[in-house]
Amino acid sequence: MKAITRRSFLAGVASAATVAGLAACSNGSGSKAASDGARKGKVYWLNFKPELDTTAQSLAKKYMEKYPDVKVKVVTAASGTYEQTLTSEMDKDDAPTLFVIGNRAALKEWGSYAMDLKDTELVKAQNTDEYNLKDGNKVVAAGYCYECYGICVNDELLEKAGHSKDDIKDFASLKKVVEDIHSRASELGFDAFAATDLDGASAWRVTGHLANLEYFYEEKKAGSTWTECPKTITGEYLPNYKNLFDLAINNSTVAPETLATGGHDPETEFAQGKAAFIFSGSFGYADIKDTVKKTSCIPYYCGVQGEEKAGLNCGTENCWAVNDNASEEDKKATLDFALWLVTDGEAAKDMVDALGVLPFTGAPEGTNPYLNNAADLASKGNYTMDWATNFQPNVDTYRAALVSALNSYTGDQSEANWGAFKTAFVDGWANNYGKTSA
Amino acid sequence: MTKKAKGGSIRQSSIRRWAPLFICPVFVAFCIGFVWPFIQGIYLSFCNFKLVSKATFVGLDNYVQALADASFAHSFWYTAATAIVSLVLINVIAFAVAYALTQNLKGSNIFRTIFFMPNLIGGIVLGYIWSMIFDGILQAYSTSILLDSTLGFWGLIILMCWQQIGYMMIIYIAGLQAVPEDMIEAAKIDGATKLQTLFKVIIPNVMPSITICTFLSLTNGFKLFDQNLALTGGLPFIIQPDGGTINTTEMLALNIYNTFYTSGAATRGVAQAKAVLFFVLVAGLGLAQLAYTRKREVQQ
Repeated sequence: MKAITRRSFLAGVASAATVAGLAACSNGSGSKAASDGARKGKVYWLNFKPELDTTAQSLAKKYMEKYPDVKVKVVTAASGTYEQTLTSEMDKDDAPTLFVIGNRAALKEWGSYAMDLKDTELVKAQNTDEYNLKDGNKVVAAGYCYECYGICVNDELLEKAGHSKDDIKDFASLKKVVEDIHSRASELGFDAFAATDLDGASAWRVTGHLANLEYFYEEKKAGSTWTECPKTITGEYLPNYKNLFDLAINNSTVAPETLATGGHDPETEFAQGKAAFIFSGSFGYADIKDTVKKTSCIPYYCGVQGEEKAGLNCGTENCWAVNDNASEEDKKATLDFALWLVTDGEAAKDMVDALGVLPFTGAPEGTNPYLNNAADLASKGNYTMDWATNFQPNVDTYRAALVSALNSYTGDQSEANWGAFKTAFVDGWANNYGKTSA
Repeated sequence: MTKKAKGGSIRQSSIRRWAPLFICPVFVAFCIGFVWPFIQGIYLSFCNFKLVSKATFVGLDNYVQALADASFAHSFWYTAATAIVSLVLINVIAFAVAYALTQNLKGSNIFRTIFFMPNLIGGIVLGYIWSMIFDGILQAYSTSILLDSTLGFWGLIILMCWQQIGYMMIIYIAGLQAVPEDMIEAAKIDGATKLQTLFKVIIPNVMPSITICTFLSLTNGFKLFDQNLALTGGLPFIIQPDGGTINTTEMLALNIYNTFYTSGAATRGVAQAKAVLFFVLVAGLGLAQLAYTRKREVQQ
């Protein structure tokens, strides 16, 4: 008999161990991993929406329990600091693999860091590509939810005042209802519009959202949607903006002169039934759903011809981009994770609860009435107002100037002050365009 | 050589031998935390960059743009005015309070504590609290601190005084307590009035405190950021005919911050150049002021 040498013994042990190892892989948790192409790698999701944070964290935990070889880290940038956080995080070795590119400006800034998502399962799973951000043929970022905004109405209060949402079909009818409610505010116990504050917490309602009506109608008149930021705008529809803005500030729970300082908390006014109207949208629904039982969202009626056929402003700033500089393994892990978030039954349900809607095939039905209003209007053939406002050049500086001008205007509604606002709105656009494209 | 001396020299040589070991950690930390970022910061001011690790050299372009920027020039003059007015007010009031509280008043310790307390509150919190106070009052006159740059200016001055007087007061109290009693007694015997004693004896003797306090309030004034951001954030703006803005209550540090963050990547290098100019300015002013007040210090 041949003596067992030390070397052949070691070889035998090694092969036995290998076989045992393979056997171990083919059962239990291993089989799941094998069928999923052995998910492993690192995912670092730099989340953009603070209201999604709790859901995101718990889903990441669930995912790691399911796929222990994948490490998922979720960091949520504090409200309004996404750009700063992204800038510093992208510079680290352990950079985010999943991040948000929300608008054209961000696309210009970060597009080169994003991989092309065109042929990925994630994009194939979408039921619309309307909310994706593209650069030529390249899908830079995939929209994972969308939002809509307009004038949110407390239907119950409207009925209490003897009106109905169906009476409102254009600016003239809106004005009639609003002015009637405001004139009877003390008798009714509520007023027409919630405070249109111009402080940091609320100014976006008018400098971002309401401004969209001006840009949109310019687009509509030109007959084509903007695909990149125009160098200049005409401000032709500013009188319409003024119609609605004046209506809101002069028929409100608070005096217009107090709007510059802000601090009124319009959301709470609307939630507590102190105001029947507010400039808000699908994102605001979560905060009011417990107290406002019947509510709907109507278009920005502002006196433009043909506005009876207007719809809501729909679009998104929530688009996922995958970091092209991450390793292949991490990129795959990230795409798998993102796909799981929107297609796995339980995960998608949590996501819909937090976001209101998921534009992916087979995703659960949304429960947000404003998004349903948007869909209803669109199905009736009304035109959806796209988010032209996302093209605002050098957005923070541009909007800051609008706020400053509106502060003066709400303090003293003179022609001169409106003129300054017009300058900030129209010439400020060109000026900021020049600054960012320099 | 005596035994003692020999022992001493051994100790000295061993200190010399091991010194680098003890200096090393602090030196490394200093390099990582100060020297390297400082050098990199200066380098970046000559570059175009989005991420600091990927910068392209552009020479003096950023400096040219920074100096041509009207908002930067405005914020410089605004900062200078704020710093000088606050410097004078803070130091005069702090000295007066310190003088009063060293006159053996009843409860002076409690007053010292209370006056010092505002200094413990962070700038952002302070800015928001004061903006509410000001607006609460100004609402009665249908205006706001955000609507009028004169109000914004004085609002900031009041805030700075409120925050810093207590701190400077503590330094002045220490200085006042160090003035030798016999000098004041001698002045009294010589028939000096209270005012003469103050200006001819006390103030020359507390000159070191004045040096440090003026230095601190001058540099604090120039470097002010969070209070400025929280109180007015630069509002109101003057909208220029070309659509550009001048943020009337924006100080230098906030101007640099806004340049860095709100214009995308296009102006990061310019912001960095502004920051270097800002450093040179603050350092230069600080040194000049030190040299000036040092000359007036007297030896006891």
